[in-house]
Amino acid sequence: MFLLIEQLLNGLQFGLLLFLLAAGLTLVFGIMDFVNLAHGSLYMMGAYFAATFVGWTGSFVLGAILALAATLLLGIALEFVALRHLYGRDHLDQVLATFGLILFFNDMVRLIWGPAGLALPLPTWLTTPVQLLPGVYYPAYRLSIIIVALLVAALLYLVVMRTRIGMLIRAGASNREMAGALGINIKLLFTLVFGLGAALAGLAGLMQAPILTVQIGMGENILILAFVIIVIGGIGSIRGAFLAAIFVGLIDTLGRAFLPDLLRKVLSGAAASTAAPALSSMLIYLLMAIVLVVRPEGLFPAAKR
Amino acid sequence: MKTSFWLAGVTALALAQPALAADTIKIGFVSTFSGPTAVIGNDMRNSFELALDHLGRKMDGKPVEVIYEDDQQKPDIGKQKTEKLVQSDKVDFIVGYIWSNVLLASLKTAVDSKTFLISANAGPSQLAGELCSPYVFSTSWQNDQTPAAMGLYMNQKGVKSVFLIGPNYAAGKDMLAGVKSTFKGEVVGEEYTVWPSQLDFSAELTKARNSKAESIFVFYPGAAGVQFLNQYVQAGIKQQIPLYTAFTIDELSLPLQKENALGIPGAQEWVNDLPNEENKRFVADYRKKYANLRPTYYGAQAYDAAQLINSAVVAVKSDLTKKDAMKAEMEKANFKSLRGPFKYGNNHIPIQNFYLQDVVKDADGQLSLKTVATIVENDQDRFHDKCPMK
Repeated sequence: MFLLIEQLLNGLQFGLLLFLLAAGLTLVFGIMDFVNLAHGSLYMMGAYFAATFVGWTGSFVLGAILALAATLLLGIALEFVALRHLYGRDHLDQVLATFGLILFFNDMVRLIWGPAGLALPLPTWLTTPVQLLPGVYYPAYRLSIIIVALLVAALLYLVVMRTRIGMLIRAGASNREMAGALGINIKLLFTLVFGLGAALAGLAGLMQAPILTVQIGMGENILILAFVIIVIGGIGSIRGAFLAAIFVGLIDTLGRAFLPDLLRKVLSGAAASTAAPALSSMLIYLLMAIVLVVRPEGLFPAAKR
Repeated sequence: MKTSFWLAGVTALALAQPALAADTIKIGFVSTFSGPTAVIGNDMRNSFELALDHLGRKMDGKPVEVIYEDDQQKPDIGKQKTEKLVQSDKVDFIVGYIWSNVLLASLKTAVDSKTFLISANAGPSQLAGELCSPYVFSTSWQNDQTPAAMGLYMNQKGVKSVFLIGPNYAAGKDMLAGVKSTFKGEVVGEEYTVWPSQLDFSAELTKARNSKAESIFVFYPGAAGVQFLNQYVQAGIKQQIPLYTAFTIDELSLPLQKENALGIPGAQEWVNDLPNEENKRFVADYRKKYANLRPTYYGAQAYDAAQLINSAVVAVKSDLTKKDAMKAEMEKANFKSLRGPFKYGNNHIPIQNFYLQDVVKDADGQLSLKTVATIVENDQDRFHDKCPMK
């Protein structure tokens, strides 16, 4: 029982982390109709900025806030310098250009920080496990990821649904030309949306950094998962991304946790241990395939254009 | 008349010489030079280059040409690169291979062309057993040997039960099988993770804690070792269940693992402080040539591979067509290995000592690895009976 609770928390934590990455991606893809493969590079940059700023300031929280601001600015600068010129082009051009950006960022990081990667150590108050229930311990840091991600999700919901900026974003998403004709500065709006998406990716990267390590190309594998999530959730839908991310996180973690034991009941020990990791990593793609067949627009599609 | 006779003689000599001896010694080197594990490939290349420096960049007086190829840690790419080296570059030797799955995919190409292949790291059980070949030598170990030594150490410590975690690929399976081959206690759980994409081990760590095992054993080479230790410490398991490792803590991962690695034992056939003269020179020159870097066992094995090749080239006086003589020479392991002298088994895998290593702060205040004890002497892998070569 305790095992199940702990594994559910593990899945939830992984899912929420994926949500931060997918939210930015779905905003940019859904609202700006822009395919950004370099989203994973922004995730990586968030982690590198955090490792650097935490090293300089000596404070984890301060370093994280500075890193967040730096990724936001980087996102805005990137949009302003490069991506702005690609909005009118078709998706293939965007894919090519942003793939080029991945290579650019990887080599830039190699030049600045070297090939070996960085460590981002946690302060001691985040490395001690917390007792949730008698007998159920959970790493404090993973718990803090859950809390931060939930807060960000709530904030994002409030901003998009309840504020004037959010209204403009939704207006720009449903009809770009009409919103522009009504006197809204669409260019500025898109720059802000892209910056927000970049900051969310940076937040995911810097929060993941102490668990994993800060490394070149760290955003590439996880970006695939983020794309799977926005396809399952419905492109452009933050609510869809939120639910799909938690779903994917849970399926992935629970699959890894319980599939080997289930398989051992039908297969021999060695075959089960080999097949289980392969099978559990397939589950989410299986889910995506089913969603694409049954509901090609995703589980929770954004409002129609 | 006399002059033309002389000329004919000189021409005959000049023609005869190159037919026997190679002008240059061509070596192909397959390792990982891109992606997160490129640091390992770089260390191997650095050490191989240092070995060539120590040999005066020549073997038997002939210049050495090394062609480095990046396998991207992928078996299919490794196979392609091996084919390229054998078929279009026509190299005399192929060295390298960090990853067992990459080596297994590349093996046939080298063996079929009768090109000598020296594995400077990967040691899949198949290579020591049924797939052993006269043209393949190892300057490392068979995968099971190092974890098997760790299993022996755990017996010495009186550990009663263990939870095993490792990556789901050829070497991962060998490693966990290796511990099980010597560990006398109970194996309460065995988990394999997706390799190399899975970096989050929360589900496995949760299971390990809940299994009530007395100890955990892991094999996570490269960056995955850093990630595993981070998560092991953050989950508070370090205070609850001691960790035993093979190939998880080394001089490349240590700068990132930092204090997390303190007190966690590992087994290894080479440690930077082994007291023989060659090793002292290697470590000192490496740190002089590559500032801020420290050599690892990967590098030491690559260094030994260069020395092994050199011994064969010298023995046949650069006549690289004499494959049998070269094989016979290499079987003697007639060079000064950085780990100290060792013998080759019938399957061309070293019979060697394994040491217990611990993480300590060295004189510069930096974390470093130190030999604590010899766990096992002259250990031979347990697959050599399956090798048809006698």
